[in-house]
Amino acid sequence: MQAKKRYLILLSAGACLLLLSYLGGVQLPAASRSRHDRSRTGYRPDQPWPHFSDPLHLFSPVGHTDTEEYNLHISPRQKRDGTASVYKGKRCRVDSCFDFAPCQRNGFKVYVYPQQKGEKISESYQNILSTIEGSRFYTSDPGQACLFILSLDTLDRDQLSPQYVHNLKTKVQSLPLWNDGRNHLIFNLYSGTWPDYTEDLGFDIGQAMLAKASISTENFRPNFDVSIPLFSKEHARTGGDRGFLKYNAIPPLRKYVLVFKGKRYLTGIGSDTRNALHHVHNAEDVVLLTTCKHGKDWQKHKDARCDKDNAEYDKYDYKEMLHNSTFCLVPRGRRLGSFRFLEALQAACVPVMLSNGWELPFSEIIDWNTAAVIGDERLLLQIPTTVRSIHHDKILSLRQQTQFLWEAYFSSVEKIVLTTLEIIQDRVLEHGSRSSLLWNSHPGGLFALQPLVTNSHLGGFEKLCIKPYPKFTAVIHAVSPLVSQSQPILKLLVAVAKSQYCAQIIVLWNCDKPLPAKHRWPATSVPVIVIEGENKVMSSRFLPYETIVTDAVLSLDEDTVLSTTEVDFAFTVWQSFPERIVGYPARSHFWDSNKERWGYTSKWTNDYSMVLTGAAIYHRYYHHLYTNYLPTSLKGMVDQLANCEDILMNFLVSAVTKLPPIKVTQKKQYKETMMGQSSRASRWADPDHFAQRQTCMNKFASWFGAMPLVHSQMRLDPILFKDQVSILRKKYRDIERL
Amino acid sequence: MYASGKYSSRGPALIPRMKTKHRIYYITLFSVVLLGLIATGMFQFWPHSIESAADWTLDKRSVHDAPLVHLPVSSPIPERGDLSCRMHTCFDVYRCGYNPKNKIKVYIYPLQKFVDELGVPISSTGLSREYNDLLSAISDSDFYTDDVTRACLFIPSTDVLNQNSLRIRETAQALAMLPRWDKGMNHLLFNMLPGGPPDYNTALDVPRDRALLAGGGFSTWTYRQGYDVSIPVYSPLSADVELPERQPGPRRYFILSSQTAIHREYRAELERLKEENGEALLLLDKCSNLSQGAASARKRCCKGQVYDYPHILQESSFCVVLRGARLGQAALSDVLQAGCVPVILADSYILPFSEVLDWKRASVVIPEEKLSEMYTILKNIPHRQVEEMQRQARWFWEAYFSSMKAIGLTTLQIINDRIYPYAARTYEQWNNPPVVKWSSVNSPLFLPLIPPRAPGFTAVVLTYDRVESLFRVITEISKVPSLAKLLVVWNNQNKSPPEGEKKFKCPECTAIDGLSLDQTHMVERSECINKFASVFGTMPLKVVEHRADPVLYKDDFPEKLKSFPNIGSL
Repeated sequence: MQAKKRYLILLSAGACLLLLSYLGGVQLPAASRSRHDRSRTGYRPDQPWPHFSDPLHLFSPVGHTDTEEYNLHISPRQKRDGTASVYKGKRCRVDSCFDFAPCQRNGFKVYVYPQQKGEKISESYQNILSTIEGSRFYTSDPGQACLFILSLDTLDRDQLSPQYVHNLKTKVQSLPLWNDGRNHLIFNLYSGTWPDYTEDLGFDIGQAMLAKASISTENFRPNFDVSIPLFSKEHARTGGDRGFLKYNAIPPLRKYVLVFKGKRYLTGIGSDTRNALHHVHNAEDVVLLTTCKHGKDWQKHKDARCDKDNAEYDKYDYKEMLHNSTFCLVPRGRRLGSFRFLEALQAACVPVMLSNGWELPFSEIIDWNTAAVIGDERLLLQIPTTVRSIHHDKILSLRQQTQFLWEAYFSSVEKIVLTTLEIIQDRVLEHGSRSSLLWNSHPGGLFALQPLVTNSHLGGFEKLCIKPYPKFTAVIHAVSPLVSQSQPILKLLVAVAKSQYCAQIIVLWNCDKPLPAKHRWPATSVPVIVIEGENKVMSSRFLPYETIVTDAVLSLDEDTVLSTTEVDFAFTVWQSFPERIVGYPARSHFWDSNKERWGYTSKWTNDYSMVLTGAAIYHRYYHHLYTNYLPTSLKGMVDQLANCEDILMNFLVSAVTKLPPIKVTQKKQYKETMMGQSSRASRWADPDHFAQRQTCMNKFASWFGAMPLVHSQMRLDPILFKDQVSILRKKYRDIERL
Repeated sequence: MYASGKYSSRGPALIPRMKTKHRIYYITLFSVVLLGLIATGMFQFWPHSIESAADWTLDKRSVHDAPLVHLPVSSPIPERGDLSCRMHTCFDVYRCGYNPKNKIKVYIYPLQKFVDELGVPISSTGLSREYNDLLSAISDSDFYTDDVTRACLFIPSTDVLNQNSLRIRETAQALAMLPRWDKGMNHLLFNMLPGGPPDYNTALDVPRDRALLAGGGFSTWTYRQGYDVSIPVYSPLSADVELPERQPGPRRYFILSSQTAIHREYRAELERLKEENGEALLLLDKCSNLSQGAASARKRCCKGQVYDYPHILQESSFCVVLRGARLGQAALSDVLQAGCVPVILADSYILPFSEVLDWKRASVVIPEEKLSEMYTILKNIPHRQVEEMQRQARWFWEAYFSSMKAIGLTTLQIINDRIYPYAARTYEQWNNPPVVKWSSVNSPLFLPLIPPRAPGFTAVVLTYDRVESLFRVITEISKVPSLAKLLVVWNNQNKSPPEGEKKFKCPECTAIDGLSLDQTHMVERSECINKFASVFGTMPLKVVEHRADPVLYKDDFPEKLKSFPNIGSL
């Protein structure tokens, strides 16, 4: 009985316990669930932040006490002057070390000091100076200048270098316009020397701005200095080589994943990362090679790894690796920047930066994450994993961006210098400066001149023209006096005015005779504005006249023969290609290997590379670019010859778009062959005319540094053009009848 | 087993027969078990009330229950921030490490209440609602970790948003006492109102060693580019007021000034502008007849007329945001919310999130000195651009200014992008409104690559069973010199493709050849077009009136000299 009782009690207690633990067991997951549901949990250390239920103080951004204090405080003007005197030297900013007044007065003009006798200047610095002197910013009058450039060579400030200029300090101080370096820009590629390679230039730069290679983030004064790339003395002055990428391979992987070939330094600074590269080298797809073999006495300092590294180094060809690798390592050298950077960029080998603290070239405007992988020297061993994890799409996009950036900003000394100046100009005229999008997308900031391009902040240049204004302005270039009512110009005027897309007609009167009376012009439904040409020069036909309100400009010669239908059709085509020249008279260029120069032809051929502006439609932005981007030397040549302005325009547009113009329909106007038919002394009748055009071609090509024109084999015709269907079904039937 | 069943059914009858001593013992035991059962049942059925009761005792839900920490007077003070700090010198990247998700881990210190030896708190306000919101948002985000050993970034729970409410020295000591402080390495502080009278420094005055500062109101001299993060000054109106988005376009006023704390010299300048340009400008000030407080923050006055703020901001194209004692102004947030283009006059100011946001697309920055030229400068901006800026301004507010959560997570994302730059968000992702993201497909294939010298082309021929015409196509196309490869896709499950060069007749082919003329076929295709257009939300196809021909097409010219003489002959 007793045992039975005990048994019973044990059993019931056990049952109760089981029940308890069952219920408790259900309880447990519920509790853990509610731990994630933070609205129900209270405050516990090492727990997600609780949502406190008690009334908390509110953050108030405006305290009225502040206001009163502020109003009692010194006037803002005094405060500004105060900051200007405090922040000097390493703390210089445009607010404290730059004088805006001359720039606002005269625009962004750059003065170059005259070269002093006996001062030798390196070839690279000479290239920089001549670029500035040939640019549209140049002024020879220091009174007009916003920015001053020294004629003393400051590029190489390594005391051990043969290019080093001595006594720079005294030479600079004695310049009458120095003014403690205010509004001066100093170019520098190398600073410091063995063993520590500091960033000191060895003379007091005062309040001058620096355009310096290998500048560190610590020394870089944001919005004041400009970081420029390190370039070699062989770097092209103008134009420069194209990028090496010829086509896209998909998938975009190359033979090697990551390569590097360079020196390892046995003494002095700069080799920590390079010394460790062999850990990552796998002799297969990651090939990172260093050599100790450089300098006179490397044997004396050589370490245990040297022989092995040197042997491996000699097994590979640098060029071969560069062209066949997806990524290229760019580790710091003696200084933060190295030649590897530009080499990789040009070779479309995505640079992998390993140079902690380097303010990357033109970092103010270039988004380097779109064209390079920015690594951390401290994480060298992770680099292979990191680059392997980058998606194919991203590689493709990084690779193409290297090519865009190379061609837009780095391929020549001229581009590097102009980019530097444009960056400074943007700071000086800040409220009109270019958005990052314009700098980082085709065709790049150098072609994105103000103010027209800032019409749209959305998108690069192509996107600029998403919805062009649906009408055009015709600009007729008139050079001969109005004598008869049957003159071609009057017929042209009537035909163009009849176009449904015509907003207005501007007659540019570049004739020596006075303007004809108003009634001599035919009555039209659109306004006809007659403008007396400025100095009656050729270039005036491409001035950005304020009267041009439409995006499209239809440029016409006075003797052009064009029907209304042709005008209409050309304009509808242009709306699809607003960044190109669209028109009728097509011409071609070719390389004359006998004469070793470019040739110009008007023969009927299977391709063309120019559409002359005697009958062409293009964006009015090109008037702006023609006038403001091109140097006076080229425009002067055009004006003097009264010829080639149409060729120059084609060079310009193709340099921007990297695309050929577009010829529409069969119509050809071959004025070069029409000489005999014309009784008037047209400029086309001049026997020198054709020869001049050959000369122009070569002169232009040399200024652009390369031949920008691109051939095309395509002509755009109306749909159903010459098709075997009833003419009544065709919209542009007049075009076929001609 | 049987026995136990029998006895259990008779159980209650057994009790009176037991000894009293035993009986009490058993009754107590049973009651305890029963009580336990009841208690468990209550846990089960009213978990909420039970738990909150437990919270009340175990988990503190009130800030007042945070542990109290006494700061000894001699407690170490961190060094002032080092101006040369950069990610590669003052930030320990090893703590973040390689991480396949490319996401940093952020730890938040538990709340503590710091007091000095006399028991006076280091902050007059303690944790603010806004800082609490910020920390909650971070702890709810993917960045959060509660494992302090895995954290890459540490956020103190001490609220330093407003320097005015802080005791500088003690706050610094409190920071230095944090268990993982380690010279401030990888610590992030959020501050919106730095400095105080009379100098109003532009960065938090609390000494903080190497800690990163997310600050509102940095100047170019205090901002450590690439290390600190410039953040907006949060406007509490963002949470209280709902301003519907307005279509971009011209507004009733051209320029509006609505700030109340404007230096009198600047106010005089604005009034001069108003005299010159009249109705286009509206200058508002605080209402003198209203008492200070929340209500006054929502009203503005001009010559006795009362305007609702911030609603009035929606009535202007441009809104002036002038510096006050501090560079960062909460008004910027209100202005953006209203879709008004901010005209920022605050020399040397580092705009919020300027590391990633392209402010040129959403604002106009004018040097303070040129306030008098403001009207002319703004008049020169084309309408189209103003509209784009209005749209952009509103989008910036929605994405980056509208809440403490937006501000906090944007800051973390910026730091994240620095640590994993190869996985960083792109310019487009940061700056393009969602609408634009849809319309511009940014495939790397469409990047301008010049010259595209492709190694020929691959022909892909889709075929069902018209073998004869397939062979005709193959014969013709294989003559093309730039053909690299020919791929035939046999789209017929019922028939196997013909082999090799064998030619055979296909009697039914002729019948099917007329396929594309078939009426039902055309109807189907029209339906397709409508379906696709509705899925795309718009009709992406564009109509043109031109077609491409060779340059000498149909010209009166010897055919043998033409590059493509056969075009149009088929």
